[in-house]
Amino acid sequence: MRQPILQAKNLVKRFSVGRSSSYVNAVNGVDLTIHRGEILGMVGESGSGKSTIGRTLLRLTDPTEGLIEFDGRDITSLSAKELRPLRKDMQMVFQDPWSALNPRMKIGDLIAEPLRIHLKLSEPDLRDRTELLAKKVRLSTEFLNRTPSALSGGQLQRVCIARAIATNPKLIILDEPTSSLDLSVRAGILELLMELREETQAGFLFISHDLGTIKLISDTIAVLYLGRIVELVPKEALFNEPAHPYSQSLLSAHLPADLDAPIQRLILEGEIPSPIDLPSGCSFHTRCPAAVDVCKTATPEPELIAQNHHVSCLRLKDGGNILSRQQA
Amino acid sequence: MNLLKITDLQTHFVFHDIDNYRREARALNKVNLNLNRGEILGIVGETGAGKSLTAQSICGLLRPPAKVVGGSVLFLGKELLSLAEEDLNDIRGAEIGMVVQNPKSSLDPLTRIGDQLVRIHQTHTASAVSVARSKAIAMMHAVGIPDPEKRFSAWPHELSGGMAQRVLIAMALMNEPKLLIADEPTTGLDVTVQAQILELLKDLVRRFEMGTIIITHDLGIVAHYCDKVAVMFAGEIVEYGTVTDIFRRPGHPYTKQLLASTPEKLKLNEAGSLGGQPPDLFNLPEGCLSQDRCSLASDQCRTPPPVITLETGQTVRCHFALQ
Repeated sequence: MRQPILQAKNLVKRFSVGRSSSYVNAVNGVDLTIHRGEILGMVGESGSGKSTIGRTLLRLTDPTEGLIEFDGRDITSLSAKELRPLRKDMQMVFQDPWSALNPRMKIGDLIAEPLRIHLKLSEPDLRDRTELLAKKVRLSTEFLNRTPSALSGGQLQRVCIARAIATNPKLIILDEPTSSLDLSVRAGILELLMELREETQAGFLFISHDLGTIKLISDTIAVLYLGRIVELVPKEALFNEPAHPYSQSLLSAHLPADLDAPIQRLILEGEIPSPIDLPSGCSFHTRCPAAVDVCKTATPEPELIAQNHHVSCLRLKDGGNILSRQQA
Repeated sequence: MNLLKITDLQTHFVFHDIDNYRREARALNKVNLNLNRGEILGIVGETGAGKSLTAQSICGLLRPPAKVVGGSVLFLGKELLSLAEEDLNDIRGAEIGMVVQNPKSSLDPLTRIGDQLVRIHQTHTASAVSVARSKAIAMMHAVGIPDPEKRFSAWPHELSGGMAQRVLIAMALMNEPKLLIADEPTTGLDVTVQAQILELLKDLVRRFEMGTIIITHDLGIVAHYCDKVAVMFAGEIVEYGTVTDIFRRPGHPYTKQLLASTPEKLKLNEAGSLGGQPPDLFNLPEGCLSQDRCSLASDQCRTPPPVITLETGQTVRCHFALQ
């Protein structure tokens, strides 16, 4: 069995709003496990809590409730100081490489920074490792003496990835790493990530709103809606037989760049409700074509419907499958 | 007569350095496009390929240093490029509607959305407020804004991104334009909302028989919503034709690359992976602009490639179009 590197149980994150007693319920009870050598894709619309989950798992923000276990150790309430030695094993890559890198530092120093902080290396070793990392992310070593302004977005994202893998982490969280990049550049970054997965056997959490990218890179996919995982599913199963009504409509809203791809438009009405006023019961009931009265009151629990395939829907057995109902 | 006929459109960036040295960059080179009523044309390309610049050149919305230096844009037989600003104002917002990418920053934050809709109608027609108002409410209804009477007096900041985009589409349609230009109309939106907006656009195009240009970098939108597509690279249209022809049999190596790099077609870790940068507009290579990124490139590519029309009717700007 694959070895889990990170486990979260009943993760909850609320942010207070203003002086009133209202809260943004960003994450509402998430259970997930990331294994070594696995890419877990997390997909959802804006406001579904994707980024907050990523940041909370690394303790960049503190969870309101729940448990986070990293490499078998409970890190939920470790202090910043206690976390520091673990930081080299958990790294993050952000969406916008332009703002993630200090514009005044040279690329070589940016890549060497995590090495300097976490590993005590001699200067020649440091230089060698930096060059090696640059090569690994297929970045020309000519850039090492330049500043970020001389590089394109794709090249800068490679720098960010080089920084993330510098200390051989066991877990890498990527928050929309390719969303700001052009299609052709995106392909190169995804290839690089696949290669690194094989090589490093680290666990990856890949956060994206783009189903196409998620499909390409993930082994397992978590579909998020309003801070809850509505479906946790192996990739093939999601694309062949999505079970949750939300996953089904998300998939049908996705437009593959392929004329022959069958598209069945199943267009949801309205927009994602505000996480300040969470709908009662199943939070998807306000937009769900299959919702019935019980969905307004009861909260669905994850059910195992096939191997590694968990779905949280009250109407799984009777009418939750809105795709087939439309076909009928 | 074509609704829109663009011939050899050329737009340059012209500016002067500190020491008054004149610098000129060829931002659009010989762009040729045709559009008929009821047709949806997609313009695709990477960042900086000149997609938005093409739209702005059509509408006379270029700001310095960008400047049209040649070519012709015929809209219903009328030359737009030689029109005076006042005459263009009569056409823009009336016969040509435009939807831009950032809906929230395109609405006047200090005017209620209903009043903005009324304003654009009254600018172009002599109708009374009450007429304009009922027209605005009907249009808000048409673009799927729930409860239009109530939303009429909403402020822009009260709207979500998807709703603001609908208001913008309603504004563009208030005067029943013959040509609609939508520049990345769904880019900042969630997929489920994107689906709503695209279905709406398609429906409106059919209903009003508008010619529509959708500028996008999303080939999925092109595949499922456009009739024709123009692929741009470094300010040139490298391939132009019907969506079916180009997706089935792309003629230009760059189009092939682009189609192969979509998540559906991408085979990771196979040879021929893309990369590279679009060329520097101030320092364009001789001949074919995509030669540095092309696997077929040879010495021949140092000379400007011809525009070849294939038997399908698609045009390809390449020396090796038929291979």
